[in-house]
Amino acid sequence: MTKEEILALRNEPWRDELRKKMSPKDRGALERVKMPELTPDYRVKTFTEEVQQGLTKEMAVAEAQRCLDCADPSCMKGCPVGINIPTFVKQIENEDFEGAIATIKKTSSLPAVCGRVCPQEKQCEGNCIKLKMKQKPVAIGYLERFAADYERESGKMKAPECAAKNGKKVCTVGSGPSALAFAADMIKLGYDVTVFEALHEIGGVLKYGIPEFRLPNSVVDAEIDTLRKMGVNFQPNTIIGKTISYEQLHEMGFDGIFVGSGAGLPRFMNIPGENLIGVMSSNEYLTRINLMGAGRGQGADTPVLKGKNVVVCGGGNTAMDSARTAKRMGAETVTLVYRRGLDELPARAEEVHHAMEEGIDFHVLHNPIEYHADENGRVKEAVLQVMELGEPDASGRRSPVAIEGKTETIPADLVIVAIGVSPNPIIPTNFKGLEISKKGTIVVGEETMQSAVSDVFAGGDIVRGGATVILAMGDGRKAAGAMDEYLKK
Amino acid sequence: MNKIVAKEHFSENVVRLEIEAPLIAKSRKAGHFVIVKVGEKGERIPLTISAANVEKGTIDLVVQRVGVSSCKLTDLNVGDYVTDVVGPLGRATEIEKFGTVLACGGGVGVAPLLPIVEAMKKAGNRVVTILAARSKDLIILEDEMRKWSDEVIIMTDDGSYGEKGNVTVGMEKAIAKEKIDKSIVIGPTIMMKFASLTTKKYEIPTVASLNTIMVDGTGMCGACRVTVDGKTKFVCVDGPEFDAHKIDFDEVMTRMRAYKPQETEALAAYNSK
Repeated sequence: MTKEEILALRNEPWRDELRKKMSPKDRGALERVKMPELTPDYRVKTFTEEVQQGLTKEMAVAEAQRCLDCADPSCMKGCPVGINIPTFVKQIENEDFEGAIATIKKTSSLPAVCGRVCPQEKQCEGNCIKLKMKQKPVAIGYLERFAADYERESGKMKAPECAAKNGKKVCTVGSGPSALAFAADMIKLGYDVTVFEALHEIGGVLKYGIPEFRLPNSVVDAEIDTLRKMGVNFQPNTIIGKTISYEQLHEMGFDGIFVGSGAGLPRFMNIPGENLIGVMSSNEYLTRINLMGAGRGQGADTPVLKGKNVVVCGGGNTAMDSARTAKRMGAETVTLVYRRGLDELPARAEEVHHAMEEGIDFHVLHNPIEYHADENGRVKEAVLQVMELGEPDASGRRSPVAIEGKTETIPADLVIVAIGVSPNPIIPTNFKGLEISKKGTIVVGEETMQSAVSDVFAGGDIVRGGATVILAMGDGRKAAGAMDEYLKK
Repeated sequence: MNKIVAKEHFSENVVRLEIEAPLIAKSRKAGHFVIVKVGEKGERIPLTISAANVEKGTIDLVVQRVGVSSCKLTDLNVGDYVTDVVGPLGRATEIEKFGTVLACGGGVGVAPLLPIVEAMKKAGNRVVTILAARSKDLIILEDEMRKWSDEVIIMTDDGSYGEKGNVTVGMEKAIAKEKIDKSIVIGPTIMMKFASLTTKKYEIPTVASLNTIMVDGTGMCGACRVTVDGKTKFVCVDGPEFDAHKIDFDEVMTRMRAYKPQETEALAAYNSK
């Protein structure tokens, strides 16, 4: 969106009037809303009830009043999909909730998801002008979620309008956030869109990875249903590169392919004892519970190990999700082991806060170096190296350095390794002609997301190696725009 | 949803299912497997494809009743649908003209061995096949194996059919008789371990096909990891076949027992229904 377009919307009479209703000083004096939450004691006993309960109408309107409606909104610069933030916030203040969601949906296809899982403190809210005024930023994430939930709960979810069919067929490999964002934009532009998914469920990491207490499946399904209503065709249990080859996709008439196959391979640390029973990747642990329903008392056939003393290795959102899931599975102790300090945790601030409230023990400046087994080959304890912070490394964070000879051994009958993932190798090894980086990611043009194979575009973790839902969605949108240009030629 | 078009009992607990899966039938090669799930709350289990019919658009799976999921699958009948079938997964078997190939199948492992024997024969190899099982009624696919093998040796633990003894007895005999250039072993992990030790003595290059616990089967979870040549590998994307002389079979056997208590309990509950 250009500066002029942003200003034109800001200059509409209703908005001018709304701005004048309250002085910037009075707006600045308002307290940032507190999101109602389930108490830690209650929520560690439930898998499906969301920790954060959402804002009421009154709360949302009051929070929207805090926004100064800047002429040059810095918040928008922090949004990877370029949502017109001040417009939708002011629509909420004006109690035009339908208008607010329509504004968001112009550029974001998964608002209820993003309102819940985006790291707003690093994006829109991190760029809010109020921070410079020593005030708390507008709770943009909460407001986005409010608008999306309001629409869904009203039962009047509107499918955005689509252009007339242009006769061209495109498909996605995967059904996670980048693929869904791509599909949404392409169906709007008039393409025939098929989403191929390897698993039996649509949604990718939104389903197998992020737990329901943070992102309920019903919320994800509602967003997918909207895409279905818009005409997107979903095909689960299909692995592109295996079930259907690149050449077969062409025989089937697909003119463009978007690869959003995600970060498939979990990383391990390659330390002694890592293949013992009871040591597993966060992907395995979360997939068993979230996707397969293991251990949730719902009659699922898939088993899962329930630890008494659970150790989670890592400091990202997935580590937080694993630790908090283990707590809900009935673990007596859950210890999160992270090699850097608390300030360096890469997880969203809110997830760290919630995990602490739920009684997760943060064992920072420790790093696992070995696991010991009982007589049955099951893990029984973890040996941790004690670390200290040294000089800043390439990432700008102070690097962890081992304190020679200082270790600690803690009991562990379940160890969940959440130290990151590598790109899924199936497309890189089965599509000929792609340029693949040393890390195994697909190399694409930065602006076009186009790969070395001209009709193959890619985005999300298969390109970035590991990122966030919203960055993946941004890639999907960019790829859609560029593929549209490419196919029009 | 994939329809079952034929069902055949090889023995009380071993069943062949022919399932509609046209895309998989077309793209599969010897050595590939599929992931199958029965029911909305079912478990995802890996099964190696034993045959495919491209014209009919079907694949064959030979399934032994072991736990709840294999029981649920084999309790299905012709006309029923398998909820989810996805594949083909894994790397295909390396097929080339090696010379003389010794193919060893134990129990239900004979089924995934069949397409490999066929492909090896078609690639111009002399194929000596050993079929091993506890007793006569557990020897499967003998006629099909004879069709693609130059020689078939049958071994039973109780001597009720063929010769008495386990697979390694037959292997020693075959190795004594002629020069073997390549060996393939598929069967229970313990059988593959000892078969592999046998060929190692004679320095015969050998591959074993592992059938570990998996969830997604596409490299995402790592439940299937094994140590091969001191390095961690994923059976689903790096395998399922590996250099048998470098596999840590003891670790494979330990990891196969990861959910034993839960599996035993679940099976008892299923059988009491």
